[in-house]
Amino acid sequence: MSENQTDHANQPVLEVRDLVTQFSSERGTVNAVRGVSFDLYRGRTLGVVGESGSGKSVLSRSVMGLMPGNATRTGSVRFEGSEVLNASPKVMRSYWGQKMSMVFQDPMTALNPVLRIERQITESLHEHIDMSKAQAKDTALALLTSVGIPEPARRMRQYPHEMSGGMRQRIMIAIALACGPRMLFADEPTTALDVTVQAQILDLLQSMQRDREMSMILVTHDLGVVAGRADDIAVMYAGRIVEKAPAERLFAGMRHPYTQALMRSIPKLEMPSHTRLDAIAGRPPDLVNLPEGCSFAPRCPNAQEKCLVDDPALTADDDHADHVFACHFPVNEVVVAAPGIRVDGQPPRIAHDPSLGGSA
Amino acid sequence: MAGIGKAHLRPEGEALLRVEDLVVEFPAGRGRKVNAVTEVSLDALPGETLGLVGESGCGKSTTGKAIMQLPSPTSGTVVFDGTDLTGLGESQLREVRTRLQMIFQDPISSLNPRRRVEAIVAEGLDIWKRVSGDDKTAKVDDMLLTVGLDPAVVRGRRPHQFSGGQCQRISIARAVITEPQLIVCDEPVSALDVSVQAQILNLLEDMKARYGLTMIFIAHDLAVVKNISDRVAVMYLGRLCEVGDPDVLYARPAHPYTAALLSAIPVPDPTVRPETRHTLGGEIPSPISPPSGCRFRTRCPRADDICRDEVPVMTQIDDDHFVACHHPLAPGESVTEVELAGASA
Repeated sequence: MSENQTDHANQPVLEVRDLVTQFSSERGTVNAVRGVSFDLYRGRTLGVVGESGSGKSVLSRSVMGLMPGNATRTGSVRFEGSEVLNASPKVMRSYWGQKMSMVFQDPMTALNPVLRIERQITESLHEHIDMSKAQAKDTALALLTSVGIPEPARRMRQYPHEMSGGMRQRIMIAIALACGPRMLFADEPTTALDVTVQAQILDLLQSMQRDREMSMILVTHDLGVVAGRADDIAVMYAGRIVEKAPAERLFAGMRHPYTQALMRSIPKLEMPSHTRLDAIAGRPPDLVNLPEGCSFAPRCPNAQEKCLVDDPALTADDDHADHVFACHFPVNEVVVAAPGIRVDGQPPRIAHDPSLGGSA
Repeated sequence: MAGIGKAHLRPEGEALLRVEDLVVEFPAGRGRKVNAVTEVSLDALPGETLGLVGESGCGKSTTGKAIMQLPSPTSGTVVFDGTDLTGLGESQLREVRTRLQMIFQDPISSLNPRRRVEAIVAEGLDIWKRVSGDDKTAKVDDMLLTVGLDPAVVRGRRPHQFSGGQCQRISIARAVITEPQLIVCDEPVSALDVSVQAQILNLLEDMKARYGLTMIFIAHDLAVVKNISDRVAVMYLGRLCEVGDPDVLYARPAHPYTAALLSAIPVPDPTVRPETRHTLGGEIPSPISPPSGCRFRTRCPRADDICRDEVPVMTQIDDDHFVACHHPLAPGESVTEVELAGASA
């Protein structure tokens, strides 16, 4: 959470408007991102949650301009006020590394297997900041130390295969941070890691983000990963943001049936053994042949005829402008996170009370 | 942990599967060896689901495969329904394997892409010539229906026409059609999306109830394992740490590793701030040269000399709760911040 509320008055670091990303394929046009808009302010973390095919990874790559040849993008992406959506690769190079950078999911394939770690870190320092060899080496050593790598001088001379998955992901983070970016995309940064190492890497990302006052987009399929670490959470389904809210508010009162169903389908540690799970029937839609109307309607318990023809727009909650959802028949349940926990200054409310109008 | 001993095994005649002193080693070149599984003993009662949980490299999948004799373990016994599988010849093993089935992690690559669903599901029946003709078709259709697929639609299709969740349903149908007694499920839901994972977990519970199956359920996700298991065994670096009833073991973990694992799981609740929880430092050591004594000692906040010198033995601490640790946590006790800070320093 940003403690300095005046940051909000500033211009956002990133403004995304009506971003549409399509890929041409043999089967037809793949609608990977279908009209996504959001703002991200300095020092804030946006968690983007979704299942495979929800467009969450394509979204970050679209913003960064890391697109294959068969992709087309429309809309607007403004970084610190400048439009970057259709910037030339040459212009984008001045952004990558120094203004925005990315930590990828799989550190084994993202690192170059035939280069020593030193070269992989110092490469961007030479390229972007024009450091001397000795300066770059010192900077790289300092970076490795800051990401918690023991014996950094020895590690610098090693190759990626000589390291564990957790170490490699620390190296990836050091590379991403080398040129002091303003904004970091972390695309499933811990999915390939074990749970105890995952906690270490998430802690590291969070402390780096705070120290450097970076903005961060944390992309994950795991609601648990973003719950305690993101300021705001956007839930994606079939290429759209279907619900977005500050983390506390989202968990206190999920309004979109998909968000709620996703939350309910996860087995939780506190559930007794053999608790029957509330599975979501069916599967996510085909992004080549999307259903008419709301794309979640075929799996939605609340779906009515209207949902099958009319695709709902993102609308704000009556009481909270920062809680938006795209649903004709939003759920009204207010989940009390824990007894006695006050959500944004309000006392906890009782679940399933329709008179509450659904807001927390 | 990471200890030895058999205190957690039930009386010999009761268990459908009884694994004793299982050792699996792989050559690692230059005379070295990978100690994948070291002196692990396990059992499963008829109709019981034993959850085997741990991080990558802990030996849980190797244990599952060794039970199936894929390949046979380096040493130890695997007694299934009164027969020691490690002593069987190839043809006898084939015979027994109809009663032992396996479900794999990647549902798409574990199905032959060139074959149609009906042939994939019927293969076990064909090999053993159990039924043929209309009876076989009826049996396959019935099994597809049971796993939630419409036989008329899916029968003639090939695996690439299905999603991961549907392929896992086909894998389950293929495994269950030969009417096995024991199914080893190796990370059956970890390649699936969250919303589909719940469907498959529910399906496995239904299949277990309907066919009276005994299951070894291997996974790295503690919440998933708790959901499906009657008994849980936690592994670390090739040895068992803790065994017990899931509700007891998760509420009162006695092994510092179990406790650390539980506290590392991200909780979907924003009021639980991750930095207030305890995280474990370091990473899993190499199984080529595992630590002496307790294998967890290099990361354990409580480790001392005895942990270096002696392998802890599995000891009973409650009705169905066993731990292999020289310094187990008392009920309600947690690994403190002070201890963790000391360990990482």
